[in-house]
Amino acid sequence: MASRSFLRLAPLVCAAVPFLYGCGPKADDSVIRIGEFGALSGDTATFGETTHEGVQMAVEEINAAGGIHGRKIQLITEDDQGRPDQATLVVEKLITHDRVHALVGEVASSNSLAAAPIAQRYSVPMISPSSTNPKVTQQGDYIFRVCFIDPFQGKVAAKFAYGSLKARTAAVLRDQKSDYSLGLADVFKKEFQDQGGKVVLDKAYSSGDVDFKAQLTAIREAEVDLIYVPGYYGEVGLIAKQARSIGLKQPLMGGDGWESEELYKIGGAALEGCYFSNHCAPDSTEPQVRGFVARYQVRWNHEPGALAMLGYDAIKTLADALGRSKDLKGASIRDALAQTKDFAGVTGNISIDADRNAVKSAVILRIQGGRAVYQETVRP
Amino acid sequence: MSTFLQHLVDGVSLGSIYALIALGYTLVYGILKLINFAHGDLFMLSAYAGLGACAAFGFADAGLALGGFASWAAFSAVLAASMVAAAGAGWLVERLAYRPLRRQPRLNLLITAVGVSLLLENGAQAVFGANPRRFPDLVADTAAFSVGGVTVGTLDLAVFGTAIVLLGVLEFWVHHTRMGRSMRAVSHSHETAALLGINVDSVVSWTFAVGSALAAAAAVLYEAKYPKVEPLMGVLPGIKAFVAAVLGGIGNLRGAVVGALLLGLAETFVAAYGASSWRDALAFGLLILILLFKPSGLLGRNVREKV
Repeated sequence: MASRSFLRLAPLVCAAVPFLYGCGPKADDSVIRIGEFGALSGDTATFGETTHEGVQMAVEEINAAGGIHGRKIQLITEDDQGRPDQATLVVEKLITHDRVHALVGEVASSNSLAAAPIAQRYSVPMISPSSTNPKVTQQGDYIFRVCFIDPFQGKVAAKFAYGSLKARTAAVLRDQKSDYSLGLADVFKKEFQDQGGKVVLDKAYSSGDVDFKAQLTAIREAEVDLIYVPGYYGEVGLIAKQARSIGLKQPLMGGDGWESEELYKIGGAALEGCYFSNHCAPDSTEPQVRGFVARYQVRWNHEPGALAMLGYDAIKTLADALGRSKDLKGASIRDALAQTKDFAGVTGNISIDADRNAVKSAVILRIQGGRAVYQETVRP
Repeated sequence: MSTFLQHLVDGVSLGSIYALIALGYTLVYGILKLINFAHGDLFMLSAYAGLGACAAFGFADAGLALGGFASWAAFSAVLAASMVAAAGAGWLVERLAYRPLRRQPRLNLLITAVGVSLLLENGAQAVFGANPRRFPDLVADTAAFSVGGVTVGTLDLAVFGTAIVLLGVLEFWVHHTRMGRSMRAVSHSHETAALLGINVDSVVSWTFAVGSALAAAAAVLYEAKYPKVEPLMGVLPGIKAFVAAVLGGIGNLRGAVVGALLLGLAETFVAAYGASSWRDALAFGLLILILLFKPSGLLGRNVREKV
């Protein structure tokens, strides 16, 4: 009899346990708390992992140099698995439970768009290292980014496709589940057509799909000069493989969503001769890049990618603003961030404009021998 | 025209994978009148079992180096190991989650099935991690033959062939063996079958084991074509296979295959000719239509309950 009623109560007791985690630390201004959120697992895990390496390195460098006005930075990192619903959860937690002074994230625009309204509501400044969809910073005046936006990236791609690759007809294959992909595809389409090209076919897939034969066979029938695939590396790798397997020989082109070491593992030889636009080239010869690459190699034992460089710059830009800010209140940090002018980042010169975006150059990379090789820089 | 035929081939290939999963759904429904929502996740677990088998047999590094007959032998070994593991997992799920509830209202069983599904998905995320893994290439996805612009891959043939062969084996088993007769008896009435001396528990366990083994066959073939393994990979194929089973008439083996092939073709044609963004929505749209106009499915018969 006693065991019966115990069995009845047990589920209730188990359900109560998670509530114990609600007790949190006290807010305290002797340490600067920065919350970082990104995809540390899931389909786009390399985005969060590489960005985190840049972020972590920047925080360590700042703390080793004594912090900001004597205060050290405490970095609190959360995994959102690359999902918008998880992004809202972890950002809420970072703000209300960990009481962070500022947020750094996210890489994917869909996740930044989910998190931004929450940061805005709590008046916590949020800096995205690499979200390029223009809508992200439009969510509120507390939302910033240290990278260019897609109206620029799409134009760069269209100009390169029309001018350098001499493509006159194109097919677009967009990821309908990604705000980034949808926005960039629309910009490319408009810019390519403005130049005189013709987008013959506009097809879609969903993140997580593994079979693209139907869309690719339709594209093969259209006989275009170029296929624009502004998606994320997981699907792009498979798309390239399947495209080559059904006989498509045209170059594929994409955006910074291709940026990952995993791309080459999944796509392999199918990616040779393809191009993508990106924020910066880690093999650049600029002195600040070479210095960064050397330090990064020592810290993490491998080469950095563009996203790690942006993560590093996001923290450094934030630190610069914290140095100029009169106190640790959200409004003061926000004002200091908005005044950022000519900050020398490793990804280039960072100035925050009236829309809270950074005005930066883009690079076009070519895939050759299983890695990305610098092709050209395009200034804004 | 050749593009149309190519889409036909791709559609049948896709449908064959759905068919193997749908057969498992339909088998279990026929016996227990239960829609095993965890079936798609058994598909996912089988893929991980296949990964484990590759590692255990040492195929992970060999890749395509085996070539020819040896690579098909390796593939078959992984397939067999995966099917056995899945049968065990299916048996375990039935034994622990469904058998204790057999006397209870069907709704409880359904809710438990959903619970098992969530448990398997999140458990897999916790144990294996949420990062996708790459399934080793055992058999090269080469073109078996090309006729007038239409390419048929070796894997496309293998998938279709396996679905048809397993359907045949299943039909034989259900209609021409003693165990099959017991299964049909149990599907009519548990109580009467028990009265006639049939071990209902044993029949149900066998059904789950076989259904899960079919899901494993689907998983290994799916991995050969799309070599990505991750904890949530069973969700969408599971739902689509369920739609296929209902489309063809749930509880009907041939119906499951017919429904699945139809779904695969419809999906491929929508993605190719229509708005490819509607590809997944189509499956659910079809489900609603079928339930509205012919709820017993294409090959199903309306069974009136006589009072």
